[in-house]
Amino acid sequence: MNKKKSERIDKILKESSVGIAGLGGLGSNAAISLARAGIGQLVLVDFDKVEKKNLTRQYYFLDQIGKTKVDSLKENIKKINPKVKIITHNIKLKKGFMEKPFQDITVVIEALDNAEIKTLFIEEILSKLPDKPIIAASGVAGYGHSDRITTKRLGHLYMCYDEKAKSSDDDVLMAPRVSLMANWEANLALEIILGEDK
Amino acid sequence: MSIKVNDKLVDWIENETVQELLKRMRYTFPLVVVKINNKVVPRKDFSEKKIPDNSKVAVIHMISGG
Repeated sequence: MNKKKSERIDKILKESSVGIAGLGGLGSNAAISLARAGIGQLVLVDFDKVEKKNLTRQYYFLDQIGKTKVDSLKENIKKINPKVKIITHNIKLKKGFMEKPFQDITVVIEALDNAEIKTLFIEEILSKLPDKPIIAASGVAGYGHSDRITTKRLGHLYMCYDEKAKSSDDDVLMAPRVSLMANWEANLALEIILGEDK
Repeated sequence: MSIKVNDKLVDWIENETVQELLKRMRYTFPLVVVKINNKVVPRKDFSEKKIPDNSKVAVIHMISGG
């Protein structure tokens, strides 16, 4: 372990914040990784409650079924790293106001499920918060084909992207690939916050 | 007289809109994020926004799942 590097990273991360839109397979797993890495603050946004079917890939437990995702994830993060400051919004993101919870954070992670909402969210963040880095994911469904995933960068938009994947409406969502993409997003967040690892 | 669409060099057509370009490129997927010269074009403007000559156009399609 490089102690000097680790101290530098800890210091920067402690002062940084990540906002996550959607706390399903992408958002819950990305949040846990960022909490373990030592992020200072997380802003968690989701309107949903934990359901049994979510447990195949999302970072929740059986005894949390029926509770809100924001509260459940906060609880799980606190068990791992109680130092993370957590702000929760138990709301559905509404067209025209989607950027509101993310104004004061360092990086935004798009972790929504439906392609329509994903597109709207990216458009709104890019147009209303033009200087804010946003990380999005497209093509998480299925299994295998890890090598098809790439990072596409377009200005402040960073896409974790597999253009050949099918829509989740016609495919399956499974823990390995969803977590891979979630951690890809979290890893990109670190790279944006800390600068390229040279 | 050309533009770049996802790094592919194609002819520039005067007065062509985003919607027409997507059709010409056979990008049929319904949900895309389009940037022209690094500026996002909202979907509601696709049928009016014209592509300037020498533009760099990026088209990313969004697939459900999360």
